[in-house]
Amino acid sequence: MSKHTFAIGGVHPHDNKISRECALEQLPLAPTVYISVAQHIGAPSVPCVAVGDKVKVGQVIAQPGGFVGAFIHSSVSGTVKSIAPRADLAGRASTHIEIAVEGDEWAEGIDTSDTLVTTIPEDPKAIIEKIRLGGVVGLGGATFPTHVKLSPPPGSKCERVIINGCECEPYLTSDFRTLLEKGEQVVVGAALLKKAMGDVPCTIAIEENKPEAIAHIREVIAKLGYEGIDVMVMKMMYPQGGEKQLIDAVMHRQVGSGALPISVGAVVQNVATALAVYDAVQKGKPIVDNSVTVTGECFPKQANLVVRVGTPLQYIIDYLGGVPESAAKIISGGPMMGRAVANLQAATVKGTGALLFLTEKQTRRAPETGCIRCGKCADACPMGLEPFLLNKLSKAADWDACEANAAQDCIECGCCLYSCPAHIPLLDNIRVGKGSVLSAIRARAAAAKAAAEAAKAAEAAKN
Amino acid sequence: MSKLLVSPSPHIHSKDSTRSLMLDVVIALIPAVICSVVFYGWQELLVLGVSVASCVLLEWAITKYMLKQPSTIADLSAVITGILLALNVPYTTPWWVVFIGAVVAIGVAKMTFGGIGQNIWNPALVGRVFLLVSFPTYMTTWSKPQGLFGLDAVSGPTPLGAIQEGLMQGSTVQELTSAYDYKDLLFANLGGSAGEVCALTLLAGFVYLCCRKVIKPWITLSIFATVALTSLIFWGIDPSRFTDPLFNLLTGGLILGACFMATDYVTSPMSLWGGVVFGVGIGFLTMMIRYFGSYPEGVSFAILIMNSVVPLLNMWFKQKKFGRK
Repeated sequence: MSKHTFAIGGVHPHDNKISRECALEQLPLAPTVYISVAQHIGAPSVPCVAVGDKVKVGQVIAQPGGFVGAFIHSSVSGTVKSIAPRADLAGRASTHIEIAVEGDEWAEGIDTSDTLVTTIPEDPKAIIEKIRLGGVVGLGGATFPTHVKLSPPPGSKCERVIINGCECEPYLTSDFRTLLEKGEQVVVGAALLKKAMGDVPCTIAIEENKPEAIAHIREVIAKLGYEGIDVMVMKMMYPQGGEKQLIDAVMHRQVGSGALPISVGAVVQNVATALAVYDAVQKGKPIVDNSVTVTGECFPKQANLVVRVGTPLQYIIDYLGGVPESAAKIISGGPMMGRAVANLQAATVKGTGALLFLTEKQTRRAPETGCIRCGKCADACPMGLEPFLLNKLSKAADWDACEANAAQDCIECGCCLYSCPAHIPLLDNIRVGKGSVLSAIRARAAAAKAAAEAAKAAEAAKN
Repeated sequence: MSKLLVSPSPHIHSKDSTRSLMLDVVIALIPAVICSVVFYGWQELLVLGVSVASCVLLEWAITKYMLKQPSTIADLSAVITGILLALNVPYTTPWWVVFIGAVVAIGVAKMTFGGIGQNIWNPALVGRVFLLVSFPTYMTTWSKPQGLFGLDAVSGPTPLGAIQEGLMQGSTVQELTSAYDYKDLLFANLGGSAGEVCALTLLAGFVYLCCRKVIKPWITLSIFATVALTSLIFWGIDPSRFTDPLFNLLTGGLILGACFMATDYVTSPMSLWGGVVFGVGIGFLTMMIRYFGSYPEGVSFAILIMNSVVPLLNMWFKQKKFGRK
């Protein structure tokens, strides 16, 4: 069996999938949920309910705030208590809709049965519209609105849909459990995405450390009899689940700097997103819950929970026995790219995939020492950058040189910092450089646009 | 849990540290160290002891009293410099000469440039070359190894020294090399500095470092390949004037230099092709010095010369960036 992976760099942290045997488990409803209106990339949604309104599960409570935006649905049934700013997991305030839970009554038109619906609608536009109405966003981490990704700009053509089942971050197992337990739904979701993109071939990419999932999905594809969907076994390598890396691994095409995957004919969707697509299109069920891995060596009870959107983190943790004494850091997401939690009162969002507990020993950074020019950061960088150089340039605030050395291409995967034997905070510094370069690029684009418009206006005035 | 740590990602780190990498290099050198002590006896032990102790103490003293910075000796890089310096000098070198070598290696070549990671030239080699030009008598009096409990050492030139001497007196290479059994070269049985005589143990250390992924093999292999190819060409042209490839691979400090000195992180290029060019340069310069230079041995000079162009090689040979031409 040949194994595929991306061409440049990558690291191989221990995968620590200690919660892989924990079956998906429904988390009991919290007494109150707090649903953020800014849980996707793009414009925040606009609330369309008022305090005191009764809502049902799956009812729209906020409308998209722009083209790149998403519907937000109530994840519970109950009464809207407040619409007010509330701190997210990093402590930053954004508008949340607070709903006191009363019972579990679902909105009309949602099929809550377990019956598998395998018939694929004929019209791609209808599929994409249902995905939009379902508030589906990319659940692999970026939370980019899925219907936007499925509507490529004119002139570009999708040649392959890739379903990302790599789950290359250590510890995370929710995609693995989803593949095992909801494999049929994921495969139908893949078939829907394939149809939506004009019946192009579809590849479900799964890393080799999930043999049960690989075997199961192969069986399901054979059983359901869909044409043009295959499983590709990937070598274990981080960050294989990165969009550009996965396209390179599957299609041997490299997406250019600043370009979109569609420029090389690829559309990538995560396993959890494929499941959400199935729910939205076949069952009329919008995203109201998602699976969250709760794990860590110091955490006594590993779990893969299906959690309603907006559930406070504290509620999830208390359900499993509270924060262990030895935990020093709680991470929302994986250990390589996840975000440290500063506020346990924060609520989950659609993109919350994991809560990871690390001890001080596992996570405390060692003091920085001198660079020994070993080149391990450059070997590890999956974008072919030179982190040691970008680190220096960022510290020197030389943004032009940062741009010339492609700081803007950094995907913030953390491979450089992970592998640096001198414990230099490479990525911390490079983020600063990347941010400055990106704003310079945006400023240039805006200036060019303004100049073009001014010239056009002058031209018009002359005539 | 009293307080939660909050910091940017990534939240975990590989087990590698500067210290762990340097420790692996020390481990890789242990077979050669044991071999040299067994073959040369207590005098070699003295050279090693003085060299390592002075390198570590000097680095400690310089960081504490001159730079007034936290000490860096815990990273073990000074230990490696000490071992490599010791393996690069004859076991008969007096202790105070070894100490001067350590002063030059650590004090001049390393700490003057700012300590670990900042030096341009390999510290141990700078120390060695300084001794070679300052104390030629001590540095070129070699003795055939007599073993840990051996009798009085018999003085004799190194194979490379003997060839150069012989060629000047009009002998041919065939007459001169017939005195050597190549098995002796591989199994540590000839005169030379400690590091020159334990080829197999050095190669074992090199394989260990490659397996542990501490170093990549391409610099070393391209040195070996270039030395073999260059000497094959010259030997093919005139076997009476030029020594053969195997002889050149097995003699002198080539194996020690190629495996442990040229692969020093700080003073070698980072990229694959940079490393290959670096290795080819070292191999070629070594052979030019051996064949046409006034010193019998050229590895040290070749490595130091190529060290000087590493910044250029790092600039010229870069990994292709993802999705860019």
